[in-house]
Amino acid sequence: MQITLNGKTHEIDSDCTIAGLIQMLNLKAEQVAVEHNRNIVMRTEFDSCVLNEGDRIEIVNFVGGG
Amino acid sequence: MQITVNGCRHSITPGTGVAQLRAELKDDAAVILVNGRRCLDSTQLHAGDRVNLLGSSSSYSPTGFDAMLRERHGTEVQQRLQHACVGIAGAGGLGSNISIALARAGVGHLIIADHDVVELSNLHRQQYFIDQLDLPKVEALSHTLYRINPQIQLELRHMRVERSNTAAIFGSARIMVEAFDAADAKADLVQSWLHLYPERPIVAASGMAGFGSANSINTTAPFTNLYMCGDGRSAVETSGSLCAARVAVAANHQAHAVIRLLLGLDPVKDG
Repeated sequence: MQITLNGKTHEIDSDCTIAGLIQMLNLKAEQVAVEHNRNIVMRTEFDSCVLNEGDRIEIVNFVGGG
Repeated sequence: MQITVNGCRHSITPGTGVAQLRAELKDDAAVILVNGRRCLDSTQLHAGDRVNLLGSSSSYSPTGFDAMLRERHGTEVQQRLQHACVGIAGAGGLGSNISIALARAGVGHLIIADHDVVELSNLHRQQYFIDQLDLPKVEALSHTLYRINPQIQLELRHMRVERSNTAAIFGSARIMVEAFDAADAKADLVQSWLHLYPERPIVAASGMAGFGSANSINTTAPFTNLYMCGDGRSAVETSGSLCAARVAVAANHQAHAVIRLLLGLDPVKDG
């Protein structure tokens, strides 16, 4: 099925969770912030949040330094 | 006994008060700070106190800074900045630069939290000084901020910011700034802030290590009420050390995003 990830169309499996998507992108769950259909998602919800066709996901990846 | 006056070591006899010190060293000082706080003439001094004798009565009055800013920014802009309350989580390379830029712009109220003390390894990029080693960063930074604007309202928290205390520390801030060093702390704060206060913007930073072009650092708006400053990829683990100028570019992107938000402007592009 198709979702929009960071503004671009992206093909994923139909039962994919946010945790699965983060893993697929080779990102670390503790270093990202995720917006799902314009709502912020807490890290504790990554495993349980299953994505649906047409969902809009924004993922921001943080790197160290400041 | 030993105290520090305007950054230099100074010897006084026990029992010396602020009024006597002023009379001896700078009898036209308009504002006197002891350990970063304004004080009365009757205040007694203690060993180790850090005293700042500021300004002269001919060139400085307590409302002088505000008047100077009104003249430059215009009253409407200045009122918006002066009445703003901004939270800053972290007082390192990002937070110390951001705090100074916001204080200079005339932002009236800052809440700053950081658990660290000033170390030698901070001085290559953070706004601290040799005579401030071992002081809590929030205290050292407050001395600098009061030297810029003695009227600024500061809430200083020498503690680690965690999900459980974010609301208690920063609840009165209308705009939040993420100024941490570690990637997971950055992600945690952004999540908890937007979960607590979805309608209040947070300005975060990611990617400013190494010696890449300053032009690759920009401000974007990936989520509702999340503004990101940096190049998004230059990690300290992979791009090498943090350099004062490049960190300050990112920090000042953040500070300017805050100022534009306070003025009702889009931080990403001109209307």
